[in-house]
Amino acid sequence: MTLLRVEGLSKEFGGVHAVADLEFSISAGAVFSIIGPNGAGKTTLLNLLTGIYTPTSGRIFLGEEELTHRAPFEYAACGIGRTFQNLQVFFNMSALENVMVGRFLHERCSLAAALFRSPALARAERACREEAERLLRFVGLGEYVGAHSDSLPYGALKRLDIARALATRPKLLLLDEPAAGLNPSEAQEIDALISRLAESGITVVLVEHNMRLVMGVSDHILVLDYGRRLAEGSADAVRRDPKVIEAYLGSGPAAAGTQSGGAH
Amino acid sequence: MSAQFLQFFLAGLTIGAIYALVALGFSIIYNASHVINFAQGEFVMIGGMTTVSLTAIGWPLPFAIAAAVLAAAAIGLALEKFAVEPARGASVVTLIIITIGASILLRGLATLVWDKKFHALKPFSGDAPIGIGGATVLPQSLWVLGMTLVIVLLLTWFFGRTLLGKALLATSHNRLAAQLVGINVRTVLLAAFGLSAALGAIAGILVAPITFTAWDIGVMLGLKGFAAAILGGLGSGPGAVLGGLVLGLLEAMGAGYLSSAYKDVIAFVIILAVLVFRPSGLLGTRSTDRV
Amino acid sequence: MLARLASPRTGGLAALALVVLLLPLALRNNYYYEVAILVGLNAIVCVGLNLLIGYAGQISLGHAGFFGLGAYASAILTARYGWPPLAAMAAATGGVAVLAYLIGRPILVLRGHYLAMATLGMGIIISIVIANEDRLTGGPDGMAVPPLSLLGYRLAGERLWYWVVGALLVFAVWLAQNLVESPHGRALRALHTSEIGAEVAGIDSARHKVRVFVISAVYAAFAGSLTAHYAGFITPTKVTFFHSIELVTMVVFGGMASTFGAVVGAAVLTTLPQALTLFEEYEMVVFGAVMMLTMIFMPKGLVPTIAARFPNRRANE
Repeated sequence: MTLLRVEGLSKEFGGVHAVADLEFSISAGAVFSIIGPNGAGKTTLLNLLTGIYTPTSGRIFLGEEELTHRAPFEYAACGIGRTFQNLQVFFNMSALENVMVGRFLHERCSLAAALFRSPALARAERACREEAERLLRFVGLGEYVGAHSDSLPYGALKRLDIARALATRPKLLLLDEPAAGLNPSEAQEIDALISRLAESGITVVLVEHNMRLVMGVSDHILVLDYGRRLAEGSADAVRRDPKVIEAYLGSGPAAAGTQSGGAH
Repeated sequence: MSAQFLQFFLAGLTIGAIYALVALGFSIIYNASHVINFAQGEFVMIGGMTTVSLTAIGWPLPFAIAAAVLAAAAIGLALEKFAVEPARGASVVTLIIITIGASILLRGLATLVWDKKFHALKPFSGDAPIGIGGATVLPQSLWVLGMTLVIVLLLTWFFGRTLLGKALLATSHNRLAAQLVGINVRTVLLAAFGLSAALGAIAGILVAPITFTAWDIGVMLGLKGFAAAILGGLGSGPGAVLGGLVLGLLEAMGAGYLSSAYKDVIAFVIILAVLVFRPSGLLGTRSTDRV
Repeated sequence: MLARLASPRTGGLAALALVVLLLPLALRNNYYYEVAILVGLNAIVCVGLNLLIGYAGQISLGHAGFFGLGAYASAILTARYGWPPLAAMAAATGGVAVLAYLIGRPILVLRGHYLAMATLGMGIIISIVIANEDRLTGGPDGMAVPPLSLLGYRLAGERLWYWVVGALLVFAVWLAQNLVESPHGRALRALHTSEIGAEVAGIDSARHKVRVFVISAVYAAFAGSLTAHYAGFITPTKVTFFHSIELVTMVVFGGMASTFGAVVGAAVLTTLPQALTLFEEYEMVVFGAVMMLTMIFMPKGLVPTIAARFPNRRANE
């Protein structure tokens, strides 16, 4: 079943096409990776898929609903969650509160209830706290439940970002370079976390440079270059695609050597 | 063209030129440091008041003017060094409060150094009105327009041809890159503040014979100069000039044809409209954030 | 029960209530009561303004405008149209809420200096209109305001006003604290740090910003109405740009993102000029210097800077 569908998507910045004429669809429950050299338009695409950028042309569909031109919070409300390459952690709050923010969508809290501290609100807050704790444990941050966000190490912050995105109960989760800046063992933990996410039924879209991670965990890969689709398919197919090899490594002796193995 | 319209037009151009000079001061500082200097209006006040004091004790006008401009520039340097530099990297709100605090401090000092009364500065070349096409214009207005034009030309030369000017421009476009090519950003910032203060002071001196000067004339002039800078596009030199002239003209026309009591409101209504519909102003460029 | 009392939030509220209860012991004559009432009224405005500036991270250089509208609306409705004071107060506050909503929607998409300029412009326009419409407002000379009366009982005298303002202040702080700790408060704090992060987490940042703007305007207008009735007189000096700056300074000096900080800021900066009346000429110099020095050396404000020296008591503001 197709969860996300993108038609003729383009984004132009003053003459430069960051993304041009993209068309693809993502099946529910899959792990879908988007790779490509730097500047290929990956983050732009993620920004388009979360409403942060408005497309110059093209359409975006989640299930049967068209999301194009809606505000970012509406994308979130419809079920698209996202993490950030440069982290957008709320450093003025505790780790737990960061995750609780993600639950705002699902908490019906009227202004009056907030101002006058209704008992129903107190109960809802308790439930929110428990859910946030559960999510912190799910992503492996159980030890940081009482901590302030600014005392977390970098690897933990990346997972905090994921926990917050999970709190929005997304159908589709976009992970923007979750393994960037992590050492190999931390990257392996992210690998395991992504598998856990996929198992729990969330469709994961992964933007990554870490090829070992990508090749290991993806069901389907989309390769971008200069904002356009370069190749698409299973991990094996993409790995062997000569166009992909050329885009990453150029043509020549080095390229010939990677015909059989993985890129890392 | 009716004589009345011409009258308003010339009045608008005159005050618009003053706004343009003040707006240029805002733009130069904003470009160099991304700080909005809410104390800009006080330089206008300092220029006028200092000149009045010096001529009152017998200094010839040109020397008094030079001294006043230098004094204002010195205060501008002090402002950068003691107020803005220590707070580098602070949030927008913090910087706004600091420069507002500086403007209050300067006004307080002005009441101590001078007083709270209005003072007149003698017009540079007499006050016999000149007739132009049925309208009358004060000689001082011609001084205002003429000197503003000269200054704009001088600034164009400064930014286009001198090393310091080009360094200022470079810093405004990309501070890090400017540092990497060896530009001493600290010097550039000081120069920006000094230059803006000088511009403000000149505006104050030019307009003092027309509107009188006092300890608190800087407030409205500063705010309107700021409004003009935003109208033209914050950070754009030509925008500052255009914004100043347009604001002055609209204000004069509005005061003349609609209501003079609400003259000041006109300026701020225009600004609100610009901010809501086109915040980048007439000549500014839209910017996008990288996420 | 004791544990709840010891929590920073309830403890703070209790401390404030205690101060309000015990302060009269130190107030020797009517003048002192007057200053205390003034502090309380300013504090109410600051608590609301702090929600906007400290928690939501926005700025307003025009809140004296809302204060003035509340005051003048109350004054005009009671003095010129004979409305009962409480009804006038309700109408004034409600009217300002609507106005704040209408103004807030278009301008709160702006950031930083642009937002500052927009709020500044709004405040100045309000002050000019009030000063000019002298048939209605008495112009620069101001107008007299009938005293506040409830069911025929007249509220007059320093002592009575002190208790009324004190109680209302505690109530205002309670409401603000509740909001801060609710999901709405979290949403505001989130969008302060990262508007994009908040949006992507499902928060309609535009709506939240407008809402907190309206709430802070209501606080200001309410305090304005009270001030008008308390003083029996209102002039445009309370509606100026300078007063807007004073309010922002109180919030920023006392502590951003700290409701109690806002109260402290209002207390210090209201009493300071009173203490300086002996040196009235130096008032502006001192005020300006205070603003600058605070922002340079204590950018977080007084209360958070002091609280940071006690790392155990991590005030969950």
